[in-house]
Formats: sequence, C-alpha cells, structure tokens
Amino acid sequence: MEAAMDGNASAGALAEIFAVDVTVARTTCATCDDTRPMAELQAYVRSAGTVLRCASCGAALVRLVRAPDRAWLDLRGVKVVQLDLPDR
Amino acid sequence: MRWLVGTVAETIPETPEAVTVRLDVPDWPGHRAGQHVDIRLTAEDGYTAGRPYSIASAPGADRLDLTVVRFEDGEVSPYLTTVLDVGDELELRGPIGGYFVWDGDDTRPVLLLGGGSGVVPLMAMLRHHAALKSEAAMHLVYSVRTTRDVLYASELEALAGPHRAVTITLTREAPSGWGGRVGRIDRHLLREVGWPPAARPRCYVCGPTPFVEAVATALTELGHDAHDVRTERFGPTGG
Amino acid sequence: MRIVNRGFTGRRAQPGAGLVPPGQYVVDDFPVLTAGPTPDVDLDGWDFTIVDESGAQLARWTWAELVGLPAEDITVDIHCVTKWSKLGTDWRGVSVDVLLADIDTAAEFVLAFCDGGYTANLPLADVLDGQAWVAYGFDGEDLEPEHGGPARLLVPHLYFWKSAKWVRGLQLRDEDEPGFWESVGYHNYGDPWREQRYWGD
Repeated sequence: MEAAMDGNASAGALAEIFAVDVTVARTTCATCDDTRPMAELQAYVRSAGTVLRCASCGAALVRLVRAPDRAWLDLRGVKVVQLDLPDR
Repeated sequence: MRWLVGTVAETIPETPEAVTVRLDVPDWPGHRAGQHVDIRLTAEDGYTAGRPYSIASAPGADRLDLTVVRFEDGEVSPYLTTVLDVGDELELRGPIGGYFVWDGDDTRPVLLLGGGSGVVPLMAMLRHHAALKSEAAMHLVYSVRTTRDVLYASELEALAGPHRAVTITLTREAPSGWGGRVGRIDRHLLREVGWPPAARPRCYVCGPTPFVEAVATALTELGHDAHDVRTERFGPTGG
Repeated sequence: MRIVNRGFTGRRAQPGAGLVPPGQYVVDDFPVLTAGPTPDVDLDGWDFTIVDESGAQLARWTWAELVGLPAEDITVDIHCVTKWSKLGTDWRGVSVDVLLADIDTAAEFVLAFCDGGYTANLPLADVLDGQAWVAYGFDGEDLEPEHGGPARLLVPHLYFWKSAKWVRGLQLRDEDEPGFWESVGYHNYGDPWREQRYWGD
C-alpha cells in the first residue's frame, strides 16, 4: 500500500473555499467516529479531484472537484467539523 | 486565495540534488514558519502541474525561499532545479496551512524531526527562532542518507547555540571519521536527545510518509500526547 | 435472409480512434491518478459479480473463472478528464458482452463497484456492443496494481474515470445512481468528444 500525503497537501485547494484555515479543523468520520485535525487525514491529490480519507478506516471524508469556474465539495463522510474561531 | 507571481532573484545550490529558489513576490502577505506555497507550472500547450513546497525562509525575510530537492522521476522538481533561472516568473499561492506552524509565542521546548527534504519547513522554524532571539529550547534532529544530502549544512552549524541544537543522523553511509550519529530516528534516539513527555515539548515531524509515521508513532509510544505532535507527510518518496 | 449470429458483436472501431478530443493533449507515459490507496488484493478470495439493485447475485466468477473466459486483445485510445490522452493502448480482457450474455435484464443503468469503495455509473447500453471490458492485461503484461490490477473496467469511449480501477462487479439498476466522481461535479455521462467533463457541460 503506498503512502499517501496528508491533509496539509490539500490545504491550498481548500483555502479557495473556506474562509478559515481548515487544516486545524477537527473532523469526525461519519463511518468510524475517528476525530483528528484535517491536516492528519490521508490526502489523495493526484486525482480527478482532492480526496481526504479517514486515517483510521479509510473512508472518504472530503471530496473536492475544481472546474475552471466552479467547485464542488462533498462532506458526506464527515459527521461534524470543529473549528477554532476568534472570540466575538 | 489567489495566484501570485514571483520572480526568481537567485538560485542557490544546496546539495548536488537540491536548489533553493529565492523569489521576489511583490504582493506577498507574509507567512508563518512551517507554512507552504502551492507552485503551478504551465506548459505552452496549457498543461499544468502543481506541487506544494515548504517555505524555507523565516517570516519577515525580504524574499521567499523554496528549497527543492530534485527527484529524477519527478515532474516539477527537475524543472525547478535545472531549468528555472534568475529572472523567470513562477506562479504560487499561499501562504498555506495553520497546522504545521511554529510562531514562537511561547517558551515550550520544540523538537523538530526532519527526514530528508522534510527539514525545509523546520529550517523556517529554526530561522524564525533565531530572528526572534527566542529562548525556547529548540532541537532539530535531522535524518539523511549521507553527508552529501545535508541541506543548509554550514548554516545549521552556525545556528547552534545555547537555545538551539542540531543532531544529524546518517542512515546510509557515514564518512570515515564521522563522530556523529548513524541510524534512523527511533525511540532510543528520541529518548536520548528529546524531552520527556512531562516537559510537554512541541514536536514537529516532517518528511517522507513512512518516516513521519514511524517517528510520530515512536513519539506517542514514548508517552507524548498526540496533540503535541504535528506532522507533515511529503508522500512516499518525499518528493 | 441473412443469418444473425447470436452473441456476435464484433470489434467495433472506437469512435474518433487516433484523434484527440477537444481540450486534451497526448502523453507517452501512463499517469497514475488515484482517489485512494491501492487495495491489497488476494486473488484466492477475489470474485467478480453481477448483482441487481437489491443486491441479489445474478452471476459470479472467481479469478480463475474470469481469466478462463474468452478474452480479447484490443487497442484503444484513452482520455482522462484531467486532459491527458494516451493513444493506442493495448489491453487484454473479457468483453462485458460476454459477462452479461446470459443475463436477462430490463435494467437501464449499471454501477461499477470496486475494492476501496470507488464507484462509477453508466447507461447499460454503454457497456454493451463491444464498448466495454473487464481488463486484466495491459501492454502485454498483467495489469499493475497502480493502474487498477488485478482487473479494471475499461470503457474507452468515455472519460477514463468511468474505467473503474479494482473493479469487483456491476450492479444492474433501473434508476441511475451517480458514482464517486459523478456525485461531486463530474458529468454524469462523460463523453470526451462533447467535452462533458462537469455537471451542466
């Protein structure tokens, strides 16, 4: 089994979409409940899109497709995302 | 996050396989030590290839340094290390990543663990530590195959000081007379040169994925909290 | 009256063979793109199944049985939605016509399913009549794992994401179900000649 990159490698692509840095966001896998920073997910970036997989069970958590003028984001593999936001 | 254009101001050979590309980026917003940029190359027929590269320069440096290790079968690194020249333009976006960063705003000890090209973002942290005159204890443990592969060799020597240490370990071949360490970074080395979990060091592990997995596992087996261990995996070969 | 040979489909020339669809460029190498880890496959436990929408099994072949089926050597051009095209690629595999020969179905769609969870959907008509294979040989050798070995679906008239790697079977469906990429922006059909890359193209 080859060694994937991690979510750090997808941070640029995700930064186009999210207003906050998601590499420190903690995602909970909808399949196995594993929770960890998005930076630690297994990233597949040499693909038709960006896929982030659970480091524990391999389920696809995040799928991102970028067309020239549109993007699609599928987060169905994520149960919940926890983000640190500044105190308001 | 939009694409910026940098101009190559200098290309600095670091080792036979590695070059630091020093860029002038007019709209550069500044960065944090450990962050990276995405580089995008476009061929005449419109084909594009992109790769992330860690920023080697400290926050606040005039120019942006990217140290690129050339992989023979690579698509982007051979271009960046052999074709790209002073005056050429390069598309980049960034800075990217808020996870694998060290800002120097506390004095917790810092253990930097780099395998091969994984030392690049750690170098930004070392340079930042020096620029801040930080008194946080910082120790870089740097694993390379041979002495020829050591990036920033003379600068690492110059950076060592009361609050900064560098340990190099060779995994393939040591020159005769080498008094330094040999072998991979393992629990024994970590226990010896690192800090015990009670000291709550911040640990940053970067390099090829198998290296990162092995070292991060060793750290947690030694009792370090997983939250204190930040990782950046460069893929199977590190390139 | 001309006789019709039941089951004969012949080798249909690939539409546009040798030409390059719009927006594509030709490569000499064979890029590896993957959305997940290469599955570790044990051929002893491997099977290929045709199932219906309820999951009921309509046909099944072990590895030995699959490679024992009549195979074809074909040469086709392949077109990836990421813009590379590779012309004149040589494959060996079983035509999907052979796999579906004894199955009576009113289903209009198929969903290819794979080790690792990848799926791709197609109209049933697009995997019949000499348009699709379960391929296990490439360039005269066993299909390498990084390219989908032991076996992948091969549907060269559509963008290559439809040629699902590590395929384990086809689900015959009355209703279309978008697959892994089709459900997140990629075109449901994916004809490279009409440049159907994304939703709405």
